[in-house]
Amino acid sequence: MKFDNFMILEFPSKSSNEAFARSAVACFAAQLDPTLEELGDIRTAVSEAVTNCIVHAYPNELGIITLRCRILKDHVLDIVVKDRGAGISDTEQARRPMFTTGGAERSGMGFTIMESFMTTFELTSEPGKGTTVHMRRKLQRRK
Amino acid sequence: MQFTSFLENGHLTVALTGEIDHHRAKDFIQGILGKIEAYTPEICVLDFSEVTFVDSSGIAVVINALRSMAQIEGKLILSGLCPQPMRVFKASGIDKLVEIKEAAS
Repeated sequence: MKFDNFMILEFPSKSSNEAFARSAVACFAAQLDPTLEELGDIRTAVSEAVTNCIVHAYPNELGIITLRCRILKDHVLDIVVKDRGAGISDTEQARRPMFTTGGAERSGMGFTIMESFMTTFELTSEPGKGTTVHMRRKLQRRK
Repeated sequence: MQFTSFLENGHLTVALTGEIDHHRAKDFIQGILGKIEAYTPEICVLDFSEVTFVDSSGIAVVINALRSMAQIEGKLILSGLCPQPMRVFKASGIDKLVEIKEAAS
């Protein structure tokens, strides 16, 4: 088996689930004995990915968000956040800092934060089909 | 929205609490805007010492407050930031747009 442990969650795109999702991932990640800073980074990145699904993938409806976490070899936490919503036609533009289609209540910094807080970050999307964010964070092994 | 504020010598301090994410951002934005409009302070301090988590929605909260204070030619200061909110604000470059008072250690 390539991974030591995994979990899969599915929940509707209600904004009250943002806190649930990031807390669930933090609880799962706890078995890797992360530092507070690592845990904060992971919670923030998950919050951004799930918020994107709620705001952009399913703007006028409730849809299903799938969250999968795995623990890989060498202390790596692997996270996938997937929706089957609107999709993004221009992923380059979406990733640009300060770019948002969300109005004054959004900052356009979600992808920037995911990219800078995680070790690897991958965005795949197809308009009308949905979006998948795949990110990994290598955690320090504490002595 | 459970946050408290006080006005002293034209300085408005708004104490924020809990986690600031998209789910709660609108309440924070409108709550702060309401206080600024009511008191038109010279300086508005957003006190983050009871804020345990911030994501990019928190950046929007700060930018909206900054905009409201700019309209009345006032100044915005952030204070009491825990490490996690500080990392988010630094990653977004917002620490270059607004004065951040380091927490007293």
